[in-house]
Amino acid sequence: MTLNHFLDLALGRLDWHALPFWEMIEQPTLSHIVNGSIVTAAASLVVLGALATVVLITRFGKWRVLWSDWLTSVDHKRIGIMFIVVALVMLARAIIEAVFMRAQQAVGLDGGFLSAEHFGEFFTTHGTIMVFFMAMPFLTGVINYVMPLQIGARDLSFPVMNSVSLGLTAAGAALIMVSLVLTPFSTGGWSGYPPFTEASFNPGAGVDYWIWAVTLSSLGSTMTGINFAVTIYKERAPGMHLFRMPLFCWTALCTSILMIFAMPPLTVATAMLALDRYLDFHFFTQDLGGDMMNYVNLFWLFGHPEVYILILPAFGVFSEVFSTFSGKRLYGYKGLVIATMCIAVLSFTVWLHHFFTMGQSPSINAAFGIATMLIGVPTGVKIYDWMLTMYRGRVRLTIPMVYALGFLILFVLGGMTGILLANPSIDYQVHNTLFLVAHFHNMLVPGLLFGMLAGYQMWFPKAFGFRLETRWGYRAAYAWIAGFILAFFPLYALGLLGMPRRAVGFIEPAYLPWTIIAGIGALVVLFALFSLVMQFWLSLRHRHENRVPVGDPWDGRSLEWATPAPVPEYNFPVTPEVSSRDAFMREKDLGQAYQRPAEYRDITMPANSALGPILTVTGFLMAFGLVWYLWWLVLLAGVASVGALIARSFVRRTTKVISAEEVRETHEAWLRQVDETQAVKRDKEQDTSNRGRPAAPVSGAVQ
Amino acid sequence: MTATPSRHPGLNLGRAHQEAHDACEVLVFGFWVFMMSDLIIFGLLFANYVTQLDALAGGPGPGELFEMKSAFLETLLLLTSSFTYGLASYCLKYRHGRGWLTAWLGVTLLLGLAFIGFELHDFHKMAGEGGVPSRSGFLSAFFALVPLHGLHVASACLWMVVLMVQMCVHGLDTGVKTGLVRLGLLWHFLDIVWVGIFSLVYLGGLA
Repeated sequence: MTLNHFLDLALGRLDWHALPFWEMIEQPTLSHIVNGSIVTAAASLVVLGALATVVLITRFGKWRVLWSDWLTSVDHKRIGIMFIVVALVMLARAIIEAVFMRAQQAVGLDGGFLSAEHFGEFFTTHGTIMVFFMAMPFLTGVINYVMPLQIGARDLSFPVMNSVSLGLTAAGAALIMVSLVLTPFSTGGWSGYPPFTEASFNPGAGVDYWIWAVTLSSLGSTMTGINFAVTIYKERAPGMHLFRMPLFCWTALCTSILMIFAMPPLTVATAMLALDRYLDFHFFTQDLGGDMMNYVNLFWLFGHPEVYILILPAFGVFSEVFSTFSGKRLYGYKGLVIATMCIAVLSFTVWLHHFFTMGQSPSINAAFGIATMLIGVPTGVKIYDWMLTMYRGRVRLTIPMVYALGFLILFVLGGMTGILLANPSIDYQVHNTLFLVAHFHNMLVPGLLFGMLAGYQMWFPKAFGFRLETRWGYRAAYAWIAGFILAFFPLYALGLLGMPRRAVGFIEPAYLPWTIIAGIGALVVLFALFSLVMQFWLSLRHRHENRVPVGDPWDGRSLEWATPAPVPEYNFPVTPEVSSRDAFMREKDLGQAYQRPAEYRDITMPANSALGPILTVTGFLMAFGLVWYLWWLVLLAGVASVGALIARSFVRRTTKVISAEEVRETHEAWLRQVDETQAVKRDKEQDTSNRGRPAAPVSGAVQ
Repeated sequence: MTATPSRHPGLNLGRAHQEAHDACEVLVFGFWVFMMSDLIIFGLLFANYVTQLDALAGGPGPGELFEMKSAFLETLLLLTSSFTYGLASYCLKYRHGRGWLTAWLGVTLLLGLAFIGFELHDFHKMAGEGGVPSRSGFLSAFFALVPLHGLHVASACLWMVVLMVQMCVHGLDTGVKTGLVRLGLLWHFLDIVWVGIFSLVYLGGLA
């Protein structure tokens, strides 16, 4: 075997051209230098960021802590936090990409500075990251953290599988990050339509990066869905009937049911596209009987329920926010539950509205258009329920509430444009324009991101034991709302003026004022991101003043607030007994909160497992090998994955015991702290005097 | 005699296996949910197959490629293996000792492997007649659906081997028992999927 043969086997199709700066060295034109420099800078950031992380962890000697307290932990709370960390890192990248795209279009009259290819990578990674590696991990993380506490459980039903879900999502995210260093990424958009993404048009590594990143994420999300649904059905505390669950748990349940049924179509679609590309199948090709409409149907059979997978948990968060910060029981609980269920069911009946213009008969379009408009009904019910929750409540304008109010108004506007788009004849006019881009950002930014950020602000003290700083917090919230309006409302106008989506440049001068306003909006959003970073940094520095060890800083209503902050690994010293909705609020009203349990028992908890981190590494390597045709790596990593699963099945000591003595000591210490802590009124909740113990509200207040 | 309350649909292990019986409640429910998700995958591939029936692109179709005799034989093998797995489940529940259980599992494993062998032989023969997935949309759809089922059977066989080794290492403990209950569900599930494939792909194709 010659050296060349060996290198071909060892490196597959990886060569110098994968380096982001190679093209500008070979062909140093202005466009290549500008685009190459941007990618090289981004790649350097990724490499330096990774190196800095390694150096810092080594410097502070934290490898052991990282491994045993975090990576191998199967505690739902830690896994939830890690999911959110992944989401925030990816959020930062995707926002920066959005700013680049807005900047390009702000100067895009007759050109701009980005090449079409590069712009294509920008919108593809932006969309893929925002949906699969920001939104999904964010909501999965929040549900992971909050839901078991709210139903009075000790952990999810399958804690190790939870860690594997995290691992696969992280592996997918890592793959997208690596695609900055070893380029290119796909230019096929987040939906990856063939035949453009077929090997005949796109033979390079880009589409394969997209396929395997998305596949890893979809497998992880399927397992997450199974885990959440089983947990909600099987692990509820005694007395926690389904109709006593906080609304957030209902939305978590509906989202997980959607994940169970809607992620498989995506897995099937990406797997079939991969077969087309790797093994010369003909599912979606233009020749030999392939049919790209099958891909479009499969993709949106996933894609539409996905919209509700993303939005329902945010609805859940907002339900908690509105009732907590209005100091009032949630209005129309049953109506909200039924509306959530209706939305979940209807979400499977509307996928065709994503391609009204792709050749169905008008009567089919009409049927799907009507189904789409129907979803507006349960959503409208929810909006009214939230408003009526605030009505006659004592509303406190805290940071989560700012997000919630922004959501309420903006989401209704976005919903209106959705009703417009549901009409096929209007859709024909504006499809594939920026009107559509404005619409779905109008749903997902207020409807998902604001919800997740509100949840982050509300539950952060629960997870870490101190409140987040408020000044930069408010700045971030208002900047998000203003930035969103500035960045996306002009896109409605641009869409109506006929500007196509995903266009790198344009020649119509009438677009220019609008694209400039949108560009300014993107900068405001960037400021919002900066404010969040500042808020986090300042909160970390002033954590001692803002501690809330008693654990109930907002006078909360559900069971998670009945625990110390941060929550001990076992969640509850004894499993709580529930007798009504808003279980913890009722305990507080009756003066039965913070009770000493009659007796303490040993608590059995799931033991740490290395399976999650192992599958993260093997999953990543397998995907990476597939992208670059490193077949030896695919084989090795594949065998290692199966081997790890089999080895795990032989492990019999899967639990550990926390002794009754330890539980007693921790709990009694906390109870003493509760007694010593001065209760504060709700209007002082953002003050340093708030130690997490709320005072009873004035008598006569609507509860 | 009072009946032990049922923990899940399907064969419950009962009070003689209290620990495994209790553990099954969550494990088996989770497995049912997983199978629902898996069924969606098969359902979509069935749907894809049906839409691609005419996408022959001038290549060979069902009439030239499928053979009723071997499809029927495969059906018999798989249905029989479901029956023998049923016997293994009864041995697990009622007989204390591993002898008969191992024997029936062994028979099931052999039947499963024989099924895979025949199926591979079929595919090989189809390839010889020009029936390869790169030939047409129809053949792509066929090779997405039918081998995926075969792959499931192969994975189930691997799982069975792993469980038998575990039985040697750990004895018939709760881990093995709950594993056998879930593998049983998977095995019967794959049988049902095969009935769909036999009816729709083979009977439908040759009718």
